[in-house]
Parts: sequence; C-alpha cells; structure tokens
Amino acid sequence: MEFLSDISSLFSATLRISTPLIFAAMAGLFAERSGVIDFSLEGKMLAAAFVAACSAYFFGSPWMGLLLAIVCCVLLSLLHGFASVTHKGDQVVSCVAINILMIGLTTALAAAWFGEDGLTPILNEEQRFFEIDLPFADFLRPVPIIGTIYSDIISGQYIFVYIAFALVPLVYWVIFKTSFGLRLRAVGENPGAVDTAGIDVNLLRYKALMINGVLIAFAGTYLSTALNANFIREMSAGRGYLALAALIFGKWHPKTALFACLLFGFTDALQIRLQGVELPIIGTIPVQFIQVIPYVLTVVILAGFVGRAYAPSAIGQPYIKER
Amino acid sequence: MVSPILELSKINKSFGHVQANKDISLKINKGTIHGIIGENGAGKSTLMSIVFGLYQADSGTISINGNIIKLKSPRDSILSGIGMVHQHFMLVENFTVLENIILGFEGELVFGKKLKEAKEKLLKICKKYNLKIELDSIISNLSIGFRQRVEILKALYRDAQIFILDEPTGVLTPQEVDDLFKILRSLQEEEKTIVLITHKLNEIMELTNEVTVMRQGKVAGLKRTNSTNKEELAEMMVGRSVLLNVNKSKSAKGKSIFKVSNLKVRDELNVLRVKGVDFEIHEGEILGLAGVTGNGQTELLEALSGIRKVESGEVKLFNEKISDNNNFLNPKELKEKGLAHVPEDRQRMGLVTNFKATENLIFGYHHKHPFSKSSIMMEDKILSYSKKAMKEFDVRPISPNLLTSNFSGGNQQKLILSRELDKNPKVLLVGQPTRGVDIGAIEFIHQRLIDMRDKGAAILLVSVELEEILSLSDRIVVMFDGNIVGEKINENITERDLGLLMAGIKNE
Amino acid sequence: MSNVFDKTKVPWWVSNLIVPLINILLALFISGLFILIAGENPIKAVKLIIYGSFGYIEGFGYTLYYTTNFIFTGLAFAVAFHCKLFNIGGEGQAYLGGLGVFLAAIYFSFLPAPIVWILAILFAAVFGGLWAFIPAYLQAYRGSHVVITTIMFNFIASALMVYLLVDVIRDTNQMGPKTVAISKDLWFPMFREVAQFFGFKIRYSTLNISFFLAIVACFFVWFLIWKTKWGYEMRAVGHNTKAAVYAGISPHKNIIIAMLISGSLAGLLGVNEVLGVHHKVIVNFPAGYGFTGIAVALMGRNHPIGIFLGAMLFGILYQGGSEVTFEIPNISRYMFVAVQGLIILFAGALENLLRPQIESFFVKRLNASEIK
Repeated sequence: MEFLSDISSLFSATLRISTPLIFAAMAGLFAERSGVIDFSLEGKMLAAAFVAACSAYFFGSPWMGLLLAIVCCVLLSLLHGFASVTHKGDQVVSCVAINILMIGLTTALAAAWFGEDGLTPILNEEQRFFEIDLPFADFLRPVPIIGTIYSDIISGQYIFVYIAFALVPLVYWVIFKTSFGLRLRAVGENPGAVDTAGIDVNLLRYKALMINGVLIAFAGTYLSTALNANFIREMSAGRGYLALAALIFGKWHPKTALFACLLFGFTDALQIRLQGVELPIIGTIPVQFIQVIPYVLTVVILAGFVGRAYAPSAIGQPYIKER
Repeated sequence: MVSPILELSKINKSFGHVQANKDISLKINKGTIHGIIGENGAGKSTLMSIVFGLYQADSGTISINGNIIKLKSPRDSILSGIGMVHQHFMLVENFTVLENIILGFEGELVFGKKLKEAKEKLLKICKKYNLKIELDSIISNLSIGFRQRVEILKALYRDAQIFILDEPTGVLTPQEVDDLFKILRSLQEEEKTIVLITHKLNEIMELTNEVTVMRQGKVAGLKRTNSTNKEELAEMMVGRSVLLNVNKSKSAKGKSIFKVSNLKVRDELNVLRVKGVDFEIHEGEILGLAGVTGNGQTELLEALSGIRKVESGEVKLFNEKISDNNNFLNPKELKEKGLAHVPEDRQRMGLVTNFKATENLIFGYHHKHPFSKSSIMMEDKILSYSKKAMKEFDVRPISPNLLTSNFSGGNQQKLILSRELDKNPKVLLVGQPTRGVDIGAIEFIHQRLIDMRDKGAAILLVSVELEEILSLSDRIVVMFDGNIVGEKINENITERDLGLLMAGIKNE
Repeated sequence: MSNVFDKTKVPWWVSNLIVPLINILLALFISGLFILIAGENPIKAVKLIIYGSFGYIEGFGYTLYYTTNFIFTGLAFAVAFHCKLFNIGGEGQAYLGGLGVFLAAIYFSFLPAPIVWILAILFAAVFGGLWAFIPAYLQAYRGSHVVITTIMFNFIASALMVYLLVDVIRDTNQMGPKTVAISKDLWFPMFREVAQFFGFKIRYSTLNISFFLAIVACFFVWFLIWKTKWGYEMRAVGHNTKAAVYAGISPHKNIIIAMLISGSLAGLLGVNEVLGVHHKVIVNFPAGYGFTGIAVALMGRNHPIGIFLGAMLFGILYQGGSEVTFEIPNISRYMFVAVQGLIILFAGALENLLRPQIESFFVKRLNASEIK
C-alpha cells in the first residue's frame, strides 16, 4: 500500500513539476516554428515570476499577477523581436542579453522594493493560487487504481496544471488545423514563400512572439504564485533551457514535446525522492549527482543519441529579400 | 491597337549607389508573350520584382489597364492580377502541393469548406491546362519541372492575368522547356499576358511576340520579334558586336591523366545523384561537361575535388587512386597532387566574402610557403603576391585590403581564378566559370582557360551555357539524370545535338 | 533626400569606436532609469562609481583586479566567437580552472615557487579547456548547439565543485565547503608587495601579478587570431564553413581548437582567484565573471584592445558598484548584472540600431569637409 502511495505521489509530483516546462516548451514552439530562436525562455520565466509575485502582493489577487506577467513577457518577446526580426541582430545574443538582464533586474528590484536580496513578500491565501479538488475526488478515492489515479494524481493540482494539459491539444490544433498555423510553419521553413504570397513575414513572426510571451508568462506566474508563495532570486533554475531541450527532443511537435516535458518532470520528481535514500549496492548517491540528472540528460539529448531532430529550416536567419 | 495591360513609366531604382533601373518605360500589350532580355545585372529581375511588389521603385509609375496603381507589397500585385514564377522557387519543401498553393489565400481561419472548394478549383485548372499534378504530393518529392508547375498553378489559382516568369528554363531539360512553352501558349490562348525574363536568345525568338532589350539598367530597345534576329538583339544587349567564338587552336592532346570509373555519388539527403559515370581527361585538353543544373554535376564536382565521399567507383589522378568508397583525398592533399578546383558557387564556396582580397587570394594555400612559415602568416609576402595577382588578372579596383564583398561578381571570379591558376595545376576542375560575369571578363576568363590548356593542363569544364561549352571544349560529354549520355568530339556539333542529349534522347 | 551613402567610405574609427561608444552610453542611460525605478538617485550612483573605482589607490587596485578576470573571460568568449561559436560556459570553465590551480599548488608544493606557478597556469588552462571539450566535440560532430551544452556544463560544474568541496577536498578543520589554503610561499605576489619593492606603501587590494598574465593573454589572442594560420582557419570556418571545407580547412578540427583555447582562457581566471586572491578554492568563486566576459567581448568587438577597454569599464562598474551597494544599500549588486544585460543588448543584439544614422552622419560631414 505504501508503495502504491509512493508511486502515486511520484506521478502527482511529475504533473506538478512538468507544468512550467510544458508552458515554456509551447512558448518556444511558437517562436521557433516561425523561425526565431528563443533561448530567452529562462529570463522571461524569471521576469514573469517576479512580476506576478509583486502584482499579486500589491493588488491582492493572483490573477492580476498573471495579467501583468503576461504584459511583461509580451513586451520582452517584442523586444527580442525588435532586435532580431526588425533589426536583424544576432538572435542568440539578444536572448543572452534578456536572460542576464532579467536575472539582474528582478533581483535588484526585489531588493530595492522589499529589502531582502531577491525575495518578495510571502503571499497570503488571497494572493496566491491553490490546489483544486476535482468533483467527487473523495468519493472515488477508494476505487482500486482508477480512484487513485483520479483522486490522488489528477485531482488536487493547481489550475495551471489543468490549463497546461488542455493547452497542448489546443496548440496542436492551431498549428496544424488553422491557416494561421500553416503560415506560421511556412515562415519558419521558407519565408520567401510567405512573402511572395503577399503576407508580411515580420508581422507574422511578431504575432508568434506575442503568443510566446503569453505562454511563458503562465510558466513564470505558476512558479511564484502557485508552486511557491513568492519570488526567490534565480528561481527559474534552468527550466527555460530544459524546456528548450524538451522541444528539440520533441522535434518541435506539441505532442512529443509534452512527452519530453513529462519525462523531465519525472526525473526531477524522482531525484527529490532519492536524496539520502540508500539504494542496494550503490549506497547513498550524493545529492549533487542526482540534481545534475536533468542537465546531463539534456546534453545526452542534444548529442543526438535519441535521434536527430531537424529544426525549422529558416530558423535563426533574419529574412532579407533577395537582391 | 490593343491597349497595354501593363505600362511602366520612368521607373528608377537604386540599391545603395548602384542604380539597377534607370528611367525605364515600357508597355506590355494584353494577350502577348513579351520577352525581356538582357545580360546578368541588366536590371530585369529588379524591374519585375518591382512589378510584383517585392521592392518599391524610387520614382516612376505603374499602370494596369490604364489606371495608375500603387504596388506596395506582393499582396497588391496579386490582387491586381499579377502572378510571378521566380527563378528560385518559393515553395515550402515539406508542405504538400495543395498547402503551398493555398498559402496566404486559405479563405478561412479553420480548414474546412474552403479547402474543399480550393481542391475542386485546382483540379479544374489542372485539367484545363493539362498540368498532371497530384495535389497531395510533398514538394521535396517532386522534380524541378513539376515544382515549376506548382508555381504556375499558384498564379492560376490566384486568378492572375499577367504571368511573369523569371529565367524559367535554367533548370529544365529541353523536353521540359517544350512542355513549359506549350503551357505558356495555352495561357496565351486564354487571353493571359506573359512576360518572359531570360538571357537566352533562342527562347526569345521561339516564343515571344515582342521583346524589350535591357542593358545596364536601361531599356536598350523594343522590337517585334518577327522583325528582328538574334544578332541584332545580341548587339543591343551588349552594345557592340559580340564575338561569339574565342581564339582557339587545335589541342595538342597528351596522355590520359585523370580517370573516373563507374562513379556513384549520393547527396546530403542520401539521394543517388551520380549513377555510374566514366570518363577521362588528357593533358592539354578541355573536356566540356554539358547538362542542365541538377543532373548530378554539382555532386560530381564535389566528389572529384575531395569535398564529398563517393558511394562506389574510383577516381585516379596520374594512375594513383584519389577517391573510392573507403577513402578520399581532401582538397589540401589534392592541391599537393596538382589538382585545383574553381567551384560553381563562388560566394558560398569559393570565397569568404568577409575576408579581405588578400586573404581570399591565399585561401586553401594559406598554410604553404611563402604565405605562412611555422604557422605564422607572412603578411608582406602575401601583400606583394596579391598586388601582382590582381594586376595580372585585371581585378578592379587593385585594393588588396578591400573586403571581398565590395568587388563585383566578375572581379570576385577573377580572384578565384587567379588563385587556382597561379599554381599551374595539372588538372583543373571548373564549374560555371562565367555565371554572373560581364562580357569583358568572360572573354578574359575564357582566354585564360585556353592558355592553361595550351600549357598542358587537363581541364574539366562544367557549364550550363552551351555556347561556352561549344566555344571552349575539345571534347564534350553530356550529363543527364546522373549518367553520361553522350560523348562527342567538338567538331560540327550544334546546340540542338547537345540539347537532345541533355534531354536524355540518345542518338542512334 | 535619400539616406544613401557609400558604405565603403565609413572610417574604421566610426564603425569600431563611435558606434559601440554610443551603444554603451545608451545602455548606461537606461541603467540610470532602472536605478530611478529602484528609488534611488542615478547621479549619486555615478559619482560613487567614479570615486570607488579611481578615487583611491586601493580602489583602483580592486578595479584592476576585476579587470583581470574580465580580460580572461572576455578573451575566452571572443576566441570562440571568431569561429561563430557562443561559449556561454566561461563560468564552469573558470571554476574547473581554479580546481586545476589548486591541485597543482598542492601536489607540486615541493617544487620552487616559479615552477609551481607555471604548472598552476598550465593546469588552469588544461582543466578549463577540458571542460569545454565535450560541448566542442558535440557541436563539431553531432551538431548540438554549443549555447545550450555549455550552459548545461555550467550547472554540472557547479554541482561537481560543490560535491568536491563538501565531500572530497574539503578542509575538515573549517566550517563551510572550502579547501585548505595553499602555502604562503606559493602565493602570487600582490600588487602591494610589488609596490613595496619599488618603495611605495599602499594598503591591501586583491590586485596581483595575474594582471600581467592577462595582458600577455591579450597579446597571445591578438597574435593567434590575426597572425597565425590557426586564427586564419578559425575565422574562415566562422565566416563560411562550406567555403572552408572547399579550401581543405577542417571545420571539426577548428571548432574544437577554438573551444579548447576559449575554455583555457576562461580557466586562467582560476589563477587570479585561487593563486592570487583567495589562496584556496571556495564555492562559486567565478561569481558571474563568465557572463560578464560575454558583455565585455561584444562591447570590445571581439578584439583584444576592445576587450581590454571593455574589461576596464566593467572593472569600474564592479568596483564602483560595490562602493554604491555599500553606501546605498537599496541598490543590490544585481543591479550591475542588469547593466551587463543592457550592454549585451545594445552592444550586441541592437548594435545596428543607430549605426546607419551615425555612419551616414560622419560620412556626410567628412565629405563636406573634403569638398571645402
């Protein structure tokens, strides 16, 4: 019985931990499918976390936090767009700039406004999101297997978790079943084809970037108003890069990217539970070795040992009309 | 007199301080096939890009059916009935034919009813013009000829009345060219207007009703096709009597020093492009390899020059194996053995455009005496060498420290030639040596190749320009679909003979 | 009146000095706005920065100490960048470099000091270079984007070093994860000692002879990139890989060489920190210097002279910045991290924002004066 409850808590944690990765990966998907590199998911996530925590505190509502985080991230994505799409600057440099800028700015402003280095005030009950119990959860719990799945794993998650999972099929539908999605995919493969069809390449990329901003805001807001109750400096802890690795692993496709995010979430959930635990033969594994697993896994994925992935053909290159 | 469907008046367009179009005025009459001919750099593509809304003219007006119209984007042009088939196809490789055609004109946000209607409309169009295309094929699986049909279909789907085709035959076999011309004539029967941009005189003579000649950004003349001839048009194109043949004595052919046996080569998508090729080249001989781009010549050149692995077969230089399926010598080693390569694509392969001219003049030879000693670059030696080389090959301006991107196409090509010919290679592989080069430089380059051959070099000349092949080669082979389909001594051969071979039609 | 001008007539000093300068001023101006948003007075901050970095000798000493670190990480990023590689792993490579220094100093402590120093420098370079090797190999042979892999290796380095400092090479006599101290006779001479030698008495600062090592590194990089065959090939691969292959230059080889040299340069930071300042390995001694190096390199247009100047600027910002955080507690040192981000933005991503206007302005003025 204990084993079962351990497993269910593991899966439940997996869902909880994968959620920001899912939002971030979907955000990255829109940008990259349109041909714009987005390594700045990390910085934007951090910015969203900060803005959400502050706004929730000031306005007393986590939804205000989400709203302002969305505004902030959309602006940052537009900045990235301005640098890369309009000014044809190097997209990687632009991303690195945003990441470093956000690490610095969020911590510095938190320190300036709230005194402590890089911490915002702890949010009280009204100011944050809480877990939601799905209907009939208590009633169904005793049912073997299905009950456990419904009541302990699926029910009792933050609303963001449910949004994330509903988001993926929505993203799939937008990308593959609408004309906007067709144009988006086209502009990431051959912007010339889109231009000569009379569609504004840059505008299309900006639209993709705005969607990117909205989605990544969800990721960051979740971190500071749901999963935790405040903003802590550098709390994104590499999730932006892990989401990117998940996207590459998933070959820029929503369904496989989701799977990759779940895998990473699972590893992370597992790692917390293995700390200090004596395993047969090996003994205790040092904490750091386990913490390092997602990062090592990312490198392994990027090394192509799990299959090569072909990025959208026009990615990273600013669109210049042929002379 | 039929009123012009498209009229351009005093169009001017400059890029930086290069004026691509100067005061262009021309009228295109409805229902005609109107040719625009000129050399590379004459301004034809720029002009038509303005008509298609890709660029905006600096000054001047465009009228359609007598109404002045502002074409600020391709959208405006498309809605005014202008369709364009570009030289480099604007297709999304991993989309289907249908998806490529409806892109931008889907008619609905979510795919549904309009998609079905689009399919029906397209099937009707295909039938009417006998285009024979599967709407669900993926572009990457289609041949070049079929991809071009998709581009034409795009214009038809968008109800174009004016069709602009930019150098459409460069990548087609003669048979595909005939098919294209049939399609164009049937469009003309439906009262559509066609503008054909080309640099090929025979196409103008065969297909068009009227022809505008452009030279150096200006209109050099307008003629009814049936009241002019090739020589007159060529002279208008160039501005002086054109020497269509170069001074060439008979070759003093020596022994065979370069031998290719049953060579098979795959490209980077693992498609077999060279399907078992045999030939040899002798000292003091120019072997011309004719063929439309895309029949394996590029992969062949890459395999012969040590850039690409071969799947099977072998290449021998002076009877020593330099490439087979296990091993191949890389470009550095090949240079040691006396083999030099002038690549087809000078900007993407032959040069580093961000380097100075000096750095490009030693590119590939930079590790050798006197350019470098114990891994340190000897700058004075490089500079003096560069000055000498640039003078000898008439590169303008003679500024060794100028960035290569600031030189014209012809001068860039001369930089590459000077570099590769300087070492007096025994074997020279040359791809499209005069592509995008002005006539004066073409004569110069051709003469240098003949000089090399007279010094005893074995030269492989790969070119899509039949005139170049015919005027330079001692022997000619033709490549079609990865195979050598004919070998001829260059005596009394016509372009037509070669053209048939290029289409895969073997002689008896 | 069209904005057309002849691009080949732009003088190099406009392109490479004026434009970056204006970009930096723009970044600093916006930083001032951030300070305002934080609720403080930017002018006061500027005064403190100038005082803290130049106003007294020890302050200047600290400034140059920071400059030393930024030269190493700036050169590291620049060398890789000439091969079009974004080495974001300077942090991790510096960290491992420090480990190398420590191991050399401990295991070879029986040798005379100058020999140990040379070994330490060598070990720092080798350890730093090795830490860049796997990302280099993966980029060259598997096409894995070096930005992500080097960032991952930063995280891995952090975990590895914490593990070592906590469990393996820890000084068990002390609280907290750090190693034993290197014996005093092996320490790098401090600036204060050198000054004393010449008869000047000054107070303590962390500046040590590593500064000269950094200057030597500048010359080394300049020579490597523009005067040797290796640099020529790296630049060729960076500009046009396809052409490089055509010319018989191996992209794989050059990617790996560029990254190894890059990692080695970052590793030299360990010499400064471990041999020159702390005399032991402490947790997170790279402290963000690796990321600053990126800003320095971009500002300095990836040229050693520009990097030196950029490193000085950041040295001033850091030392002056610590004066600011001391006097104005409300401004955290992270504000200067934000400044870095802005400089990367304006000198890197948005470097062409005002370039056309600036260049055409100068070309027209120069033309006008020529006509006169």
